[in-house]
Amino acid sequence: MPAGTLYRGREGMWSWVAHRVTGVLIFFFLFVHVLDTALVRVSPEDYDKVVATYKTPIVACLEYGLVAAILFHALNGLRVIAVDFWAKGPRYQKQMLWTVVGVWIVLMLGAIYPVLGHAAREVFGS
Amino acid sequence: MSTTETTAAGIGPVEGAAVYNVDNPAPVIEAPRKRTRKTPKSTRGNFELYGWLFMRLSGVVLVVLVLGHLLIQLVLDGGVSKIGFAFVAGRWASPFWQLWDLAMLWLAMLHGCNGLRTVVNDYAERANTRLWLKALLYTATVFTILLGTLVIFTFDPNIR
Repeated sequence: MPAGTLYRGREGMWSWVAHRVTGVLIFFFLFVHVLDTALVRVSPEDYDKVVATYKTPIVACLEYGLVAAILFHALNGLRVIAVDFWAKGPRYQKQMLWTVVGVWIVLMLGAIYPVLGHAAREVFGS
Repeated sequence: MSTTETTAAGIGPVEGAAVYNVDNPAPVIEAPRKRTRKTPKSTRGNFELYGWLFMRLSGVVLVVLVLGHLLIQLVLDGGVSKIGFAFVAGRWASPFWQLWDLAMLWLAMLHGCNGLRTVVNDYAERANTRLWLKALLYTATVFTILLGTLVIFTFDPNIR
């Protein structure tokens, strides 16, 4: 590790890095998502045309990535709150991170079929 | 080494004996950055504290709002395939879902705006860079919140 750095590595730093990266990604998506939804005010045809791109297989994979980012940010956010407000939070921050990762893996496995199912049917035929 | 001030007992100031008394008071040392009449009432408020608290409170609410939103849009009833103008019209016919989406819009945008403000403050080293990035961020945030709010409140299912 370079001298004079504040970055300490391990669970604490990397969860913080992942929280930032997912947060920035989600914010940029949110901006685009409000713009595309605003098309309902323009015309039903234009809205449906843009939403059709959300249903293509490639964008379905991006949606799966978005779900991954949101679920991690949500679960780790609850961990951050526990670290800040629960007296024993800082002591158990590592265990809580691995709990977050475990729950995240389970939810991501559960999201495979609902989020990617229609894309798989389109690519491989139903 | 010469110590000029000594007491009758011969104890110098280093030893900390009573060099000063009522007739010979100690000089007043002004505190650094002492508040004077020219000092503003408050040089900093509690903005960052409220920002920190807002991130946690809005975060808890957003976990419910956003995960519910994802469940409805991407998981239930055929996932993303069902979404279209008719689906949006059906949801926004109910004030409950209008309010849900409105709360989600405002909280998520402000939560994200404050998060990006922190990121800009952390990584943009030049004051001018920070100024412009934050001006862009605030403009985009205000625009998005106002646009989204307008769309929710003026949505017309019979637009065509």
